[in-house]
Amino acid sequence: MNFDFSDDQKFLRDEARKFLEAQCTSAHVREVLDDDSKSHNEGVWKQIIEMGWLGAAIPEEYGGLGLGMLELCVIAEELGRVLAPVPFGSSAYFFAEALKLAGSEDQKQALLPKVADGSLVGCIAISEGPGEIKAGNIATRLKDGSITGKKIPVTDGDIASHAIVLVKDGSGESLVIVDLNESGVSREPIKTLEPTRSHATISFDGAKAELLGEAGNGMALLDQINDRAAVLIAFEQLGGASRCLEMANAYAKERVAFGRAIGGNQAIKHKLADMYVKNEVARSNAYYGAWALSSNAAELPEAAAAARVAASEAFWFASKENIQTHGGMGFTWEVDCHLFYRRAKLLSVQAGSPAVWKEKLVSALEAKND
Amino acid sequence: MDFNDTAEEAEFRAEAQAFLSQHLNAKTPGALRSGGREDFLARAKAWQKTKAEGGFAQITWPKEMGGRGGTVMQQVIWGQEEAKFDAPTGPFAIGLGMCVPTVIAFGSDEHKKRYVQKALMGEEVWCQLFSEPAAGSDVAGLKTKAVKDGDEWVINGQKVWTSGAHYSDFGILLVRTDPNVPKHKGLTMFIVDMKQQGVDVRPIHQASGGSEFNEVYFTDVRIPDSDRLGEPGMGWKVALVTLMNERLAVGGSPGPDWKEIMDYARSAGTLSDQAFRAKLADWYVAAQGYKLTKFRTQTALSRGETPGPENAIGKIINANHLQDICNSAIEMQDHFGLIVDKDEAPSDAIFQESFMWAPGLRIAGGTDEILKNIIAERVLGLPQDVRVDKDKTFAEMN
Ligand SMILES: Cc1cc2nc3c(=O)[nH]c(=O)nc-3n(C[C@H](O)[C@H](O)[C@H](O)COP(=O)(O)OP(=O)(O)OC[C@H]3O[C@@H](n4cnc5c(N)ncnc54)[C@H](O)[C@@H]3O)c2cc1C
Repeated sequence: MNFDFSDDQKFLRDEARKFLEAQCTSAHVREVLDDDSKSHNEGVWKQIIEMGWLGAAIPEEYGGLGLGMLELCVIAEELGRVLAPVPFGSSAYFFAEALKLAGSEDQKQALLPKVADGSLVGCIAISEGPGEIKAGNIATRLKDGSITGKKIPVTDGDIASHAIVLVKDGSGESLVIVDLNESGVSREPIKTLEPTRSHATISFDGAKAELLGEAGNGMALLDQINDRAAVLIAFEQLGGASRCLEMANAYAKERVAFGRAIGGNQAIKHKLADMYVKNEVARSNAYYGAWALSSNAAELPEAAAAARVAASEAFWFASKENIQTHGGMGFTWEVDCHLFYRRAKLLSVQAGSPAVWKEKLVSALEAKND
Repeated sequence: MDFNDTAEEAEFRAEAQAFLSQHLNAKTPGALRSGGREDFLARAKAWQKTKAEGGFAQITWPKEMGGRGGTVMQQVIWGQEEAKFDAPTGPFAIGLGMCVPTVIAFGSDEHKKRYVQKALMGEEVWCQLFSEPAAGSDVAGLKTKAVKDGDEWVINGQKVWTSGAHYSDFGILLVRTDPNVPKHKGLTMFIVDMKQQGVDVRPIHQASGGSEFNEVYFTDVRIPDSDRLGEPGMGWKVALVTLMNERLAVGGSPGPDWKEIMDYARSAGTLSDQAFRAKLADWYVAAQGYKLTKFRTQTALSRGETPGPENAIGKIINANHLQDICNSAIEMQDHFGLIVDKDEAPSDAIFQESFMWAPGLRIAGGTDEILKNIIAERVLGLPQDVRVDKDKTFAEMN
């Protein structure tokens, strides 16, 4: 038994933390928040690209660092701590993982090195309306190699150069790769409650598309992609939740009311203890997800779902109670609490809401038991 | 990161499995609870003896204490494997988990010679006499007093909620030896013979219907000074060691968990209910989170690090979820859910039985509130609760 990251992985974490704390401060995040024309922070993004993090889990033969999934998990947690305002997740967790999973040799060779060196930014475009994404709700059509339809919202859809799109075709549902700079694609930024990550509506009108994996296998493939992304997102959520607890804890020790630090009151102490318990539950489940991901274990679907359910709950709880602990200050634009509150919501509904993942989890447990 | 046994661990696991399947039956619901209390105690003693003779009792204890001199990982593996069988271990949890380790840490060579081996062999059972009617969460506020008389101490007072006192041979006893200092400074720990004159054990009828714990009255009970554990006035320090070991000793799931209610829901045809499925997911995630948190602790332990407050997390999660799971199972059975008759109630009435036991679990070994204080104060470093009695002597406050 060795249920921890290795010394090398911890070293990577320390280095990433040092770097991000210095180079991706709240001021950097707020540049994106306060400026509608900015989709991401270019300086931070450039440095992340230079460090090769996008290629951490991409094999060397495709231009990556060939480290592994655990290393990517470590990076994800650190990006979550600082609310990195960059399209990292879209490109690394969704686009690259989808290619690694289902791409043809040609596709991998053509696209993965570009993901790794940042010259290509990938995203995933699946949502078309409110509610869970199900086979029945997809209106975007694939016909003769081109697609027509509208996806909204697409995280990082305005910065991305390529998208994986869920479409309907003669054989059912399929995933396709679309070059967003080709003709037949138009995009409009769309406002969301999390402005530090950009979102767009993407309309396809006869845009050229290339199949990813087998035709008709789209939903199954999407499930597998989401399982992988879920673990990585869980680490981002965990990073955010940990920061919320740290912020609340620091404030509770410093803010005085009725002649003593507010953290001396049990209502606050127990709130923070509850955050701690939820964060530890989330951390342990995320580690299990990381293990399943890195070892291609058969348990991945339930491990990913558990990681995601636990992390969504932990980040949601920590982000809302962090504001509460900060009182009126917590409700101001200037204090960072709301940035975490916003990010918590984005991460909990991207790739499926907690309700969807709870159902996936129970289905997986049922299947295992049959 | 991996969950695989090392070669040595796998070898030990195989050895443990072989031993267990040779001596015990695989777990079947309800089997451990059948038969009366006497019968259970006898079976527990027999199993403890078998285990000790086989070299599997107290695996991490040094060989000279009768342990195996094994690793923490071996202890963990043993625990995992033993849990798959109908192993009657309950009566020894407090003694071997908490009391005897305290004797080992603070006792003399004579104490160790006299007590450790017998406890290990299941011949003598121990209990822990800390709580009092007016001193539970605030145990350092206890009043039972000991007065020095020559080479002996004379004990008078009352303990309460003492689990297993009715079948225990010895106990570790925390008493006040000096009321004229602040409360934590005037305590002393002793070994007490539970069968001696002046010790009166009276079972308490629990809300759950059973009687696992007791009131214990001490009337002019004499304890030789040589049975003191630690210096006079240092009892709190000794007690903290006991409570530290409690963290390591307790754990595990104390009753039906997500799996059992899922199985039940399937058989009852209610597994498709959406609201239930969402709750099931939450229970699974929490149980899994606790189980995996223990793996993280074990990893830290096997590297020689000291255990943190993980068990506080475990008890908060487990006790609450046990209560909720049983509540849901009963509601799922509708009016029928009230029935506790094992022949009538589904799943041997385990949900009903645990429903009545769960409230105690949220109190025993530290209440939810106290455990959250521990996390807040010792892990998160938040200010301590107001302690109006901190700088006053015990006598002034009482
Ligand atoms: C099944 C069972 C077995 C037990 N076995 C043993 C045993 O073998 N040996 C032994 O010595 N004891 C034993 N106990 C006693 C147990 O340790 C105490 O019951 C427990 O510590 C609580 O103390 P109390 O009952 O006096 O409740 P109180 O301390 O009176 O608590 C009452 C309520 O007040 C809350 N409260 C108290 N202080 C605070 C605070 N500072 N902040 C917030 N809330 C607070 C509590 O959380 C609780 O909700 C056992 C108890 C049970 C239920």
